[in-house]
Parts: sequence; structure tokens; C-alpha cells
Amino acid sequence: MSTDDKAAHIRRLLDTEGDSVQANTRVFNQGRYAATEDLEDYEELKDRAREIKEEAISRLPELIEELTEAVEENGGHVYLASDAADANRYITEVADDAETLVKSKSMTSEEIDVNEALEATGVDVYETDLGEFVIQVAEESPSHIVGPAIHKSREEIAELFNREFETDEPLETAEELTMFAREYLGERVKEADVGMTGANFLVAESGTMLLVTSEGNARKCAVAPDTHIAVSGVEKVLPNFEDLQPFIELIARSGTGQDLTSYMSLLTPPVSTPTIEFGSDAPLSEADGDRDFHLVLIDNGRMAMREDPELRETLYCIRCGACANVCANFQHVGGHAFGGETYSGGIATGWEAGVHGQESAGEFNDLCTGCSRCVNQCPVKIDIPWINEVVRDRINRGEAPSEFDFLVEGLTPDAEPGGVSLQKRFFGNFGTVAKLGSKTAPVSNWLAELPPSRWAMEKVLQIDRRRDLPKFADETLQEWFLAREGLSPTEADREAVLYPDTYTNYISPERGKAAVRTLESLGVRVLLPDLPESGRAPLSQGMLSTAREQAHETYAGLAEHLDAGRDVIAIEPSDLAMFRGEYEKFLPEASFDRLSAASYEICEYVYGLVTNDPEKTDVLTEGPGRVAYHSHCQQRTMGLGEYTETLLEDLNYDVLTSTVECCGMAGSFGYKEQYYELSMDVGYELEDEFEAAGQRDRTVLASGTSCTDQLDVLLERKPHHPIELIAPDLG
Amino acid sequence: MSTVDTFENALDGLAVETTRLAPEAFEGVLEEVIEKPAVGTLSMESVSLEGTPVATDPTPNQLTESVTGVTGASLGIAEYGSVVLPSTSGGAEPVSLFCDLHVVVVSAEDIVPDMPTAVGTMATTLADGRESAIIATGPSATADMGALVRGAHGPKRVHVLVIEQ
Ligand code: SF4
Repeated sequence: MSTDDKAAHIRRLLDTEGDSVQANTRVFNQGRYAATEDLEDYEELKDRAREIKEEAISRLPELIEELTEAVEENGGHVYLASDAADANRYITEVADDAETLVKSKSMTSEEIDVNEALEATGVDVYETDLGEFVIQVAEESPSHIVGPAIHKSREEIAELFNREFETDEPLETAEELTMFAREYLGERVKEADVGMTGANFLVAESGTMLLVTSEGNARKCAVAPDTHIAVSGVEKVLPNFEDLQPFIELIARSGTGQDLTSYMSLLTPPVSTPTIEFGSDAPLSEADGDRDFHLVLIDNGRMAMREDPELRETLYCIRCGACANVCANFQHVGGHAFGGETYSGGIATGWEAGVHGQESAGEFNDLCTGCSRCVNQCPVKIDIPWINEVVRDRINRGEAPSEFDFLVEGLTPDAEPGGVSLQKRFFGNFGTVAKLGSKTAPVSNWLAELPPSRWAMEKVLQIDRRRDLPKFADETLQEWFLAREGLSPTEADREAVLYPDTYTNYISPERGKAAVRTLESLGVRVLLPDLPESGRAPLSQGMLSTAREQAHETYAGLAEHLDAGRDVIAIEPSDLAMFRGEYEKFLPEASFDRLSAASYEICEYVYGLVTNDPEKTDVLTEGPGRVAYHSHCQQRTMGLGEYTETLLEDLNYDVLTSTVECCGMAGSFGYKEQYYELSMDVGYELEDEFEAAGQRDRTVLASGTSCTDQLDVLLERKPHHPIELIAPDLG
Repeated sequence: MSTVDTFENALDGLAVETTRLAPEAFEGVLEEVIEKPAVGTLSMESVSLEGTPVATDPTPNQLTESVTGVTGASLGIAEYGSVVLPSTSGGAEPVSLFCDLHVVVVSAEDIVPDMPTAVGTMATTLADGRESAIIATGPSATADMGALVRGAHGPKRVHVLVIEQ
């Protein structure tokens, strides 16, 4: 899709499906927060679930064998299908004599397009999950892996049903629509020759499957017809029955926010339930039909994913949908933009790259901004942003170099091969851009704002001209720092390196100056060495080699300071998130451990200092005052937002904290022409919170630089970093 | 709180009614709770459907025409208000699924506190015996039509009878 097409596609979805998707994902998202908050051993359950999945995937070939033996012992059949065509061939053979087949919801069956294959051989297929039923009647595709029809409002569904089914009385309420579907599909269930289900989990030792549903349709599909076909990816196998326990307790909470779904079916087919001849007057005990069970295990790229060290983690996914529900971008556009051929949401990049190929993943992969809000929500602790970045890197490498490459060549001393889009190279090398821009400020500021430049930037780099570009400061933080005298070692209680991130150094030195002043007044000798970029910018563009290189260089630049026992303090949360998170992937374990243990976010650090010595608060600027605080997404994922909040409250400020998952800017995302409108749409939610009646007098604070840019556009009030508010008075 | 109290509390949160009763009171309570016509299948030591208006060993026609289905639960899970419904050759699965009202009978002593205990028990009964069961928690439900509706494909209402010795 071209940039313009993509922008138009997103705009259309924002207008048509955005409201419904937003309303529904918000209910799921808040439900999950509430349901997991009450869960005492949430973290242990996630650890256990992760462990079980790791073991299961490492033992997968032997577990598939064990499962096959168990199912066959029980009297069922197992077919291991190499790909979609193979699976469909087997399924259509089993359903050869069938006139109709009823299905419960299964994403894996969508992945292989089994409905089309069955219809082609003359079998009528009915989706019985009510959401899937709506989609089938509307001839659309699911917009969410758990709630396939969340992009449709009740009114739209009513209109659809009234048009398609010509009911006596027009249907209107949710109750009427549900009862109509129940009746209609109830009849289809009774007539059906074959029932098809998915499987959420399969137990190797016993051949038991767990089906997670609330409607009861999967139960009906499994027992009403005599023949049951279950379609499942090979990755669903677990060793033992008891391994199901953490998943039973996590899956509904993570997905829709229920403690459990209404029905957790533990079926060991063929089941002992007698066959049911609907319309018969012979007692069930006299039924003499045989039950036939087929388990179709689908590889379709999964065994290769298992061998791929970066995609392997995707196989742990239990498809709860949490990573979609928590995602600000997903909340606004849904799976029809944030999804590939079958899967949607954050983890879809891994699934699509694995089962349909990189091209399908490439269609939507950029919508993951790496905000990391999904990471703590995933019940199997998958590093979802990382999978997105890795696949982005692979897509970049696969693309042909651009004719405009020479334009950014000088700006981009990166380690990437040609093929990375110019837009990505520009943002991935933003540090270099800033360095050059700053040298020539204010000329560069003035130039960048000239209409021809904005036109060229939009044309070549697809930087949206509706965005204000950051203005380079006349004096960088480092220049200011070198020209002054700090604390001497003898005056200080401790020493710390303040990490001069690109934004703070070149664009917004005030926050850096405030940080230096604060630290020094609290007895910390500050060092501000010339350090490389952290690697965050190239990483977010999928430029992994450059990110890795910068990680090595940054560590090299910090190692001596760590040896000297100095702490490392970051102002920009996304850089701290590199030190504490992604560096684990780039650095030797010991290096990562040292740096991550010694690094802090500025307000976290100040909080620590004043907690150890409460009298020190006197030097800070105290309230009273009313503030509206937006914590940074990665800062919240690291659990650090609270330090700033508590610090402000301890200093006698009345704090309103935003509840949105993301401001919408997410680094460079909001600058990109194709995503500008989505970025603003996400931002308006934050605007609503801070512009609500009675809140407009509050001083606006934000920890992240891109959040600050976004808030600056959204609000009349100028946002500041919290450290600027609490830093000692200049006087 | 006793395990049974916890169970009852959790069921209350699921909009499921609970009646605690002694085995002797079973027939009378059952009559009050069911809506006719009713079908059922139950194999418990302390109580039986014999002599009640509930038709046992139903035909498929009775099954689809009845308002109430009565079955037993092998376990109750107190913290969730869940009942474990074993699939039997007597047709407990369709009886618990096709009628609007599902009446579940469970012995107080079979109510376990939490999910790990329940799964542990099922590992030896269900998995080792290669059996099937449903962990049912509240009535059938859907939110796919724009609001929460009870009774999507399965029962619209559930009533749990706890037999206390
Ligand atoms: S990646 Fe994790 S959060 Fe996302 S659907 Fe899979 S299990 Fe759920």
C-alpha cells in the first residue's frame, strides 16, 4: 500500500469502525485490569504459564507423538497437516458425505480458509459463535481475534439481520438479536452432519482438549453431530493435564476480563455422550450411533517458527487478545488495519510472518510503535514489541533501495543495507539529524519551516506537514554544562552520569538543566559525558544492526562510570527502557545486569534520594499546586510512573494522572504522514482527560519527549517535564 | 467463611441462585425449583430423581422440548462458583446444555476451594479415565450483539442445589 493509500485506509476505518472498536476494546481492557488486579498470584501464574509453554514448544515433536497415541487409543484419528491445502484436503474428505457443518470459533480454521474449501465441495458451513455468525452473514473478516465483530455496533447488526433474514418483526435490542441467532443456529446445529471446533489447548498425556467459550456453541458443535473435527495449530499441545490450570485461570481474565468464561470444556473425544438423533422418540440410552473424532493438527509454518529464535516465542501465544485490547493504535482502528490475512493486534506480526509470510506482516507491522504497554499484559510474557521490531528489520532488508537514498546518505551513518525506507532511516538516525540541525540553529529551524522544505520533507520522507517540527536549541545541554561549574567531588555524597539523550541535549535542554540543578542540590555530583545514542530510535524503525551498534557503544561509554560506582540517570524513559530492557538482547549478560541495575529514571532517582533523607525535600520546589500528569508508556511498563506521582504528591501537589495507554505520538510515529490522523485520534483521548471541566487550570506535566510534543499540539497549556516543576528555584 | 459459603457467594455474583438442603428435602425443593417439562440424569448416592416430575433417560424430542434440565456436578469450585459437569453415557452433557433452565445438584463435600485443587482432582478422574467434563461458571452468555445477554446457545438460567448431610 502506498503512503497515501494507507492514510486513506486508516482514515476510512477511523470514520466507520473506530467508534465500535474503541468502545469494545475499552471494555475488554478495563475488564482485564480489574480482573488481574484481584488475582493474588497473577505474576506467578504468568511465570508458570510461560514455563509450561517453553517446555511444551521445546518438546513439541515428542508431545505431538504422545498426543497422537493418546487420541488414537481413545478411538479418534489424528492428522498432521503440513499446510492449509493439506489440512483442507483431509477435512473435505472427512466431511465428504456431509450436507451441513456447524462450526465454533477458531482462528486456526480462518488461517486455512476451511470454510471456502468446504463450500467448494458442496458442504454448507455455519458459524455458530454469534460474533463469527455476524461476520459470516456480512461477508466480512474478523476485526479482533477474540471478538470478531467488535467493529459493528448493535444498530449495524440489527440492520444486517433485518435485511438478510426478513424477520416478521424487525429486530432491535441485543436480547432480540441474540435470541434470533440462538433459534436460527439452534436449528442448524440439529441438522448438521459434522461439527467443527478449534482447540485452545491439547493435553498430550490424555488426548484431552480444552475449549474456552461462553456461549455454549462449541459444546453443541462437539456433541450434537456424530462427527467432530477439531482443527488446531500444533503449538497448542501441553504435556500434562495439570498444566492447564494456569491457563484456565489466565485466559479469560486476560482476554475479556471475566474470571472464567461460562464454559471451559475439557473434552477427551470421542466423548461418552450418546449420539443424538434429533426428532427421535427413542431414549438417549438406546442411541447406537458411533462417534467419530478427527483431530487435524496444523503445521503451516509453525515448525519453522520453532526453529527461528526470534519468532519462536510467538508459539507461546494463547490468543487471548490482550495485546490488541491494551494497544492505543488498535483501540482506534481495530484489526482491519492492525492485522494481516488472519491475525490482528500486536502479536499478529509474529503469526502472519510465520504462517502467511512477511508480506502479510508488512501491511500493518508499522502500527506497533513499540510503546510496550502489551508486554506486562501478555499471560505468557511474550516480548511482543521485540517481535515487531525484528520482523520490521527483516522487511526492511527485503526491500529494494530507494532512488532517493543519496539524500539521506550523509545524515545516516547507520549500519543498515539499502532498502530501509528513507522515512525510517531519517527517524532511525534522528540523533545525527539533531546534531547537524543544532549546529546550524536557528538557520535550520528557519529553513525547515519554509514551505518548500516541508513539501520536500513530506514528499521524500513522508513527514506530515501538519506537524510542528522540533526546534533546535541555540545552546545544547552539553554546551551549557561545560560552561559552568558543578559540585566538586568533595562536596558530593555520590556521583551520577546524566544521560544526555538527543531530545534533551539538542531540543529541550531546560529539562536537563532542571535535572542537573536538582541532583546537585541533593548532593549528587553530575557528570555529563559525550555518549552515543541509546539505539532506541533505530530500533523503533526496525534498524536492528544500528541499534545493536549503538548499544555496544553506549555501554562502552558508560562502563568506566559503572566501574567508578556512578549511577546512570535517564530523563527520557524510552532510553531507560533500552538500558533496562532491550539491552538484554544486545549486550553480554554481565554488562546488561550491571547497567540495568545502576540506571534510573530521573524522578525515580530523586524519589529515592528524598526517601532516604526526607529533610532533603526542602531544597525542592513544593506545592501547593494542581498538576495533570501524563506518564510515558514505557515508563509505566517498567512500573516507574508511580515514583513521579508519589514524589509530586509528597511535595504537596494535587495530581491528576492520565489513564490512556498512550499519547498517540509514540516517538516518530505521529510525524509520519500515513499515521498522522491516527496519532491525533489517539491523542484526543488524552486531550479529553486533561481538558475536562474543572481540570483546565492544572499545570501539564509529561515525562516523555514525544508525549510532550503531542500535548503541546493538543493543549493550549505548555507541557513540562516534572523535574522542571520541582527543581530548586533559580533564585 | 466456609467453603460452601464462598461457593454460594461466588454464585450470587454470577446471578445464579443457590439452595442448600438436606437430602430428605430434595424432592420437595426440586419440585419448586424446576419448571416443567423437565428432563434429567443424575447418579448420586444421597439423592435421586426417582419419584420426581423429572423425566429420566429422555428422548431427543423431550430434550429439546423441556424447559428444565437437571444434572449432577462432580465438583464445585468455591472461589469461582463453578460446577464441574461430567459428560456421561446417560446424556448429562446435552441435558445440561439444551434447556433454558439448568438445575445442578452438587454435594457439599465435593466443593473444593480453588482451581488448582479442582484441576488436581480432575487429573486423576477425568484425564486418567479419559473422560470429559465442562467447568461451567454461570449461565451461557454473549456480548457479541452489542450488550451482555444471558442464554446465547446454552441455558439462560442456572440454579444450584447443594446437598448438605
Ligand atoms: S501475544 Fe500474549 S497478549 Fe497477545 S494474544 Fe498472544 S497470549 Fe494474548
